[in-house]
Amino acid sequence: MDFCNLATQLQSLNFGLRTSVFQLSSTNMKQLKSFIKKEFYHIFRDPRTMLILFGIPIAQLLIFGTVIKSEIKDVHIAVYDQSKDVTTHEIINKLLSSGYFILDANLENTSGIEKIFKKGKVKQVVVFENNFGEKLTREGEANVQLIADASDPNMARLVTSYTTGIINDYIRKLHPNLEMPLQIKSEVRMYFNEEMKSAYLFVPGTMALILMLISAMMTSVSITREKEFGTMEILLVSPLRPSQIIVGKVLPYLILSIINAFVIVLIGHFVFGVPVTGSFILLMLETILFILMALCLGILISTMAKNQMVAMFISMIVLMLPTIILSGFIFPIENMPEILQWLSHIMPARWFIAIIRDIMLKGNGLLFVWKETLILVGMTLFFVAVSVKKFKIRLE
Amino acid sequence: MKTILYILQKEFRQIFRNRTMLPMIFGVPLLQMLILVFAATFEMKQIDMVVVDKDLSSASRELVAKFDGIPFYHITEMVQDETIGENMLLKDKADVVLVIPVNFERNLVRNDKAQLQLLVNAIDGNSAQLISAWSSRIIAAFNQNLVAEWKGIPEFTPPAQVKIAESYWYNSELDYKWYMAPGILAILVTIIGMFMSGMNLVREKEIGTIEQLNVTPVKKYQFIAGKLVPFWIIALFDLAFGLFIAWLVFDLPIVGSLWLLFGLAGVYLISVLGIGLFISTITDTQQQVMFVSFFFMMIFILMGGIFTPVESMPHWAQMTDRINPIFYFMKIMRMVLLKGSGFVDLLEEFFSLTVLGVIFLSLAIWRYRKTT
Repeated sequence: MDFCNLATQLQSLNFGLRTSVFQLSSTNMKQLKSFIKKEFYHIFRDPRTMLILFGIPIAQLLIFGTVIKSEIKDVHIAVYDQSKDVTTHEIINKLLSSGYFILDANLENTSGIEKIFKKGKVKQVVVFENNFGEKLTREGEANVQLIADASDPNMARLVTSYTTGIINDYIRKLHPNLEMPLQIKSEVRMYFNEEMKSAYLFVPGTMALILMLISAMMTSVSITREKEFGTMEILLVSPLRPSQIIVGKVLPYLILSIINAFVIVLIGHFVFGVPVTGSFILLMLETILFILMALCLGILISTMAKNQMVAMFISMIVLMLPTIILSGFIFPIENMPEILQWLSHIMPARWFIAIIRDIMLKGNGLLFVWKETLILVGMTLFFVAVSVKKFKIRLE
Repeated sequence: MKTILYILQKEFRQIFRNRTMLPMIFGVPLLQMLILVFAATFEMKQIDMVVVDKDLSSASRELVAKFDGIPFYHITEMVQDETIGENMLLKDKADVVLVIPVNFERNLVRNDKAQLQLLVNAIDGNSAQLISAWSSRIIAAFNQNLVAEWKGIPEFTPPAQVKIAESYWYNSELDYKWYMAPGILAILVTIIGMFMSGMNLVREKEIGTIEQLNVTPVKKYQFIAGKLVPFWIIALFDLAFGLFIAWLVFDLPIVGSLWLLFGLAGVYLISVLGIGLFISTITDTQQQVMFVSFFFMMIFILMGGIFTPVESMPHWAQMTDRINPIFYFMKIMRMVLLKGSGFVDLLEEFFSLTVLGVIFLSLAIWRYRKTT
């Protein structure tokens, strides 16, 4: 620092001491302004960070929208046909023409099953018994065995149920005039998401994740960085008050987060057709509340972490993973064991996701989300209180 | 060789001097295994159902009793007004609403046909599909019973029937934890490999100590090796530790050879560490490393088939996965652990990982500059 600069700093320090603590002088305001400006430059100057900050939500939305699917398509199967008659051929053809399955191999004995599963490509082996067609017409009953590779249980279940459906359909079509008496028909209506788009699930989740990432993780790491390099000391001896330093530190991230939230809602709407049925203003207010909460959490982490590595790990383990796993973003909370369900109550993202789903998809108003909102407000206040208590003006 | 040993000594000392390091090495796998594996499940435990019974006949009551008798279904409320049911959906108090219309029984008797309505909360499309499939199946079973009881036909049998027996190999109980645990372990190893190595190198840059190393006669490859080996060992150790917990807590079967698994994990780690170190050579601060690594890791993990099968992904994504090390490692973990696949079955994965490892590591060594 050159001498001239130091002199002005000292001067302003002197000035700062003379002004009343409770009243913001115009000089102080100016200093705060230039400090905030500095912080903005700091972040926006680095194209790598900016690229990633906007790249993450966009890439994530696109991946979730196009890549993450648990539907069945082109699954490789093998057939062990001991009968090789017209009926089994027809059934196999039906399976293959459905678009779900691709025939990988025709097996000749049972020992081939194990071998082919170990290679990993084939997910199901369909075994027809001897004299399949004959038995079906004569005895009215024939046996098929479906052996699925259940190292992926979800997939295995889907594959067998699709196969069962296709075979049953084939059999039913052999006797088209069959009608059951006393038929009950159930009509299924899908509420809130008629086409069952997965976007309805991942757009709110991505929003929570990204806001957490930028607000909590970035803030905690950037404040810890100042501590690690000792530059925090320089800031603390400046005439800026600690609260002002914090405001200056978090303001850029607040703005970045809001922009990002906008981008996510826009992409969700125009690319994936996720509606905003409720009030847009309420949605934005709730989003800002969540961002504030995350910022306070970030500050709290920074008061506890000694260096950036620790800050990052706390953020990763305590914030990111739970935000992804325990918030109901990908895995429904009701399916989890009791303890984890209980644990999910202290995850802010859980409440936020519930709020956005209510507002965006169900069109609910504040009347429905006041409880969740209050919880978020409470969390914010709690984090502020703890960080104020833990924030040290002096260095040890 | 001696130089590398000295560098390694320095790195190990530096890593373990950090007091948060040890809790991290043991804590992270514990936490992940005990929380994430249990949480990451699509298996449904309970379906909350609201019944809107406008008919109040013996048939409708029987149907409700049928649902009530299934432990899976939890009937939260019985009402007569449809709007109350819809309201429960809005409030998230119900997963599905069963609406039995007026004259349900009468229509059934007179016209041989009757209608029911299932209103499903479909925000989570996956669950919604399962709920509707199960509920329809239960209604169909109820329907069959009804025919048998009222018409006296013992179990309505069609003239031709295929008996389908399903058997699930390698995981006969369809335990979802056996599927998730190898996946979470793969994430664990990746986090350590990619983040820790990268941040460690950039930290030297940030504090300026890298200059001191640069003026020594240490060669580029020696320097990179010094940064690589410690985390390689830590990651393999954590894999073993995580595997042990998984075996202990949820009986994860270890069918294949552990030597094979760790050998291939070693190859995998070299490519991941290579990526981490390469990222650190193109960045200047730990914050940047973190974000760039996070970005790539997220894409790798989501596309690597940990949560959803790669086969269901569009063609371009499957092609992109050829350069995704997690994609290969995920396959290796599940195939060796659950199915007991041997080296011959995994030749393709082995070669691909080796090629990726060589490429990323050479990139890292090439990009690392002693001069600024």
